[in-house]
Amino acid sequence: MWYFSIISPVVFWQYMTLCQIVDEGGCKWPNIDSYIFYPSFTRRKRYGQLSADCDSKEALEAFAEETRAWLEENCPPAMREPVRSDDDMCWGGRKWEFESEDQKLWLERMVAKGWTVPTWPEEYGGAGLSKKQEKVLFKEMRKLKCRPALSSIGVVMLAPALMKYGTEAQKKEHLPKIARGEIRWSQGYSEPGAGSDLASLKTAAEDKGDHWLINGSKIWTTYGHKADWMFCLVRTDFNAPKREGISFVMFDMDQPGVTTKPIHLISGTSYFCQTFFDDVRAEKSQLVGEENKGWTVAKYLLQHERDTIAMAASGGGKKKKPIEQIAKETYGEEKGKIADSAVRNQLARFQIREAGFGLTLQRMGDEAKAGSPPGPASSIMKYYGSELNKDRRELMLNCNGMNSLGWEGDEFNNGEIARSWLKSKTNSIEGGTSEIQLNIIAKRVLGLPGVVS
Amino acid sequence: MALVLNEEQQLLKDSAVEFFKEYLPIDTIRQLRDHPDSEDSQNGYKKDVWQKMGEMGWPATIIPEEYGGLGFGFVGLGVVLEAGGRTLAPSPLLSSVALGASALLLAGSEEQKNQWLPQIASGEAIFTLALQEGPAHNPRLITTRAEIKGSDYVINGKKTFVSDGHIADQLVVAVRTDGDDNSRKGQSLLLVDTKQAGVSIKRSVMVDTRNMAEISFDNVTVPASALLGEQDNAFAVIEQIVDRGNIALAAEMLGSVQEAFEQTIEYLKTREQFGQPIGSFQALQHRAAQMFCEIEIGKSLVMSALNAVDAGGFDIPYMACSAKVHMCDTYRLVSNEGIQMHGGMGVTDELDIGLFIKRARVVMQMLGDENFHVQRYASLRGY
Ligand SMILES: Cc1cc2nc3c(=O)[nH]c(=O)nc-3n(C[C@H](O)[C@H](O)[C@H](O)COP(=O)(O)OP(=O)(O)OC[C@H]3O[C@@H](n4cnc5c(N)ncnc54)[C@H](O)[C@@H]3O)c2cc1C
Repeated sequence: MWYFSIISPVVFWQYMTLCQIVDEGGCKWPNIDSYIFYPSFTRRKRYGQLSADCDSKEALEAFAEETRAWLEENCPPAMREPVRSDDDMCWGGRKWEFESEDQKLWLERMVAKGWTVPTWPEEYGGAGLSKKQEKVLFKEMRKLKCRPALSSIGVVMLAPALMKYGTEAQKKEHLPKIARGEIRWSQGYSEPGAGSDLASLKTAAEDKGDHWLINGSKIWTTYGHKADWMFCLVRTDFNAPKREGISFVMFDMDQPGVTTKPIHLISGTSYFCQTFFDDVRAEKSQLVGEENKGWTVAKYLLQHERDTIAMAASGGGKKKKPIEQIAKETYGEEKGKIADSAVRNQLARFQIREAGFGLTLQRMGDEAKAGSPPGPASSIMKYYGSELNKDRRELMLNCNGMNSLGWEGDEFNNGEIARSWLKSKTNSIEGGTSEIQLNIIAKRVLGLPGVVS
Repeated sequence: MALVLNEEQQLLKDSAVEFFKEYLPIDTIRQLRDHPDSEDSQNGYKKDVWQKMGEMGWPATIIPEEYGGLGFGFVGLGVVLEAGGRTLAPSPLLSSVALGASALLLAGSEEQKNQWLPQIASGEAIFTLALQEGPAHNPRLITTRAEIKGSDYVINGKKTFVSDGHIADQLVVAVRTDGDDNSRKGQSLLLVDTKQAGVSIKRSVMVDTRNMAEISFDNVTVPASALLGEQDNAFAVIEQIVDRGNIALAAEMLGSVQEAFEQTIEYLKTREQFGQPIGSFQALQHRAAQMFCEIEIGKSLVMSALNAVDAGGFDIPYMACSAKVHMCDTYRLVSNEGIQMHGGMGVTDELDIGLFIKRARVVMQMLGDENFHVQRYASLRGY
């Protein structure tokens, strides 16, 4: 049933961190570069018009040179500092408060270039770059450690769905604002009673002629309390089979009847909330796709999760102390070895799995390049990646000892290790739980039958 | 290097899969096991099929063209071994080529290469590596001594679990020419003809019906020209040979694991209990899906490891350890689960899964099990 997954910006973020840590570990693997920034290979040909001219080797080299010069000139130094947390990312929107003048400037400059959405057509706020040019741009950004100018659920999730299913009016209205970071979007899919079984959602939309009145509640809405608009799955037909009565609508969250209640996470942050709807108005003109066919749009939107990872992956990163060094300091060193042999083995086993995962991402990319359809390897990404990341965080606790459990104060870097560890627990829940991923692999990839009831 | 096969390699793989299905199907192991007095069984492999494999050019894969080889590289050898792993095909390909030819390629003089590589490439000569001396792989521990007498070496000692030792024509023997039993310094490699006086070979009959031998050397005298590489400094070369051996083993294991897994999945789809295929039970589905993930990771590690050998980079030892560790873990998992998921049938000799689990433990032990390689990996990474 679920052969896609809901992904939140935090997931992308985790993936990105995951990749960076591979790098920071002083890993000696070859070709590591090609999977630090792995996801572009999964990007489908969408907006980019592939022109032979701009993609020739010479043209791309020239483009790289221009780009580098522009970035050096225009990316403020503060925007080349490593991203420390979600707070350092620019999410935009009506309520956004820039962290610094530099953050604002950086967004404005990138928007003017159309480089927040490089491959989109210019009329929608993009720069009309080809895929290859975009790759060059990201590569140059990475080299100079430029932060992404804009992080946006609108760009990575909503826009692809609008491009495919939206009306021309909807595209003209929403896409440029998304590109410029003027409107911040949230995703209203999950409900208290509809998690893994998303299609059982009950938020009701009552037909009022030119609009609907929406009543119900969404939960786990990432940055719902900071968002301006929501794209939302609502039930427009309670009599139809569960997947056939769902519609995909968009509405402004700044209206009476929308309330949000932040949810506090074990990691001490609160980046999502429960959202309540009390006679909330959604215009019929903001219906994406056909009425009662919202499930199709919903699925399509979710398939774009990996594109997102690519975006996030262009942040800078500072070399941290390698984990093996930390373990040596915690447990002592004997003849160059971590004195605690159990920790040593645990670390080696982890690093081998980590390398295997990285190489699998690379293999997927190579297979895609070689023209084979996205292989079954893609379905392991979510499952294996999030389990691996949880293991990494557990290992950080083992290697750092009690230091890892400090929660506040400079000596503990404000509990960074503990907070990241707790945050990693969301990996195997968000975006479709690990169990749901295993169900998908069992059914879709291995072809195992469903239960006969 | 891309982690996908090119057209040529894909063709090689396809033809190898077909070949093994036809000439060395999995029943071959049962035949060898159940007719202990037959010539094939005594040999532990089928000579006529080995000859055909020679004609197909498989022992020639990693040997450069100037020595009568095909220059297909390790990726070429890997895909053939993977195909053979699917039917547990008994042949001296791994010993003779991955170990024997690698030893010559890494350490041989021009003369030695010219003399032997063409014969290995055609399958006429079978080589193997005589390294291990105890129950477990430990490349530092070499007690077999070679004394220098005039311009000759005189060898005394015993080697254990030499794969294909009793059918080999030539042995690459790790000997101690200097230093303590356990030191890296003072190791050398000597080429020894198995028909040489003083060499006695006893076949060890193993759980997997394949070939292992215990080989004793009693004042075996070989000339100075038998030295492969530098005297006293062979340890590094031995490690390189063993790395290649492990990468080849990992490729074979990958083939076996996939076959065992596919057979298990097939059973999950056909066996019915409680009025439904057992594969509809989520307890089994999830375990199957987890195995699938590990196999996918294994494919990437094996392919990268094979590539690494062909690229000749610094990362070969890392890749060898990683691929071996992961394939040991995965083969253990898939062979154990394979039995469990077949229920009572799983422990019978009717099914192939029992043959896989037996071979699994042998290949896991060969040239170092996962524990050995986890520790080696940590040392390589400097912790
Ligand atoms: C950090 C984070 C951000 C999120 N952001 C958003 C967002 O922006 N918008 C949004 O709409 N949603 C968001 N979600 C919601 C997320 O998609 C759901 O949490 C997820 O789909 C799981 O649903 P649930 O929490 O109701 O768990 P449940 O579905 O109740 O699952 C509970 C347990 O039961 C298991 N389970 C359920 N069904 C099966 C089955 N068929 N077989 C085996 N096991 C099963 C699960 O694996 C899990 O272990 C976010 C979640 C997190 C953690």
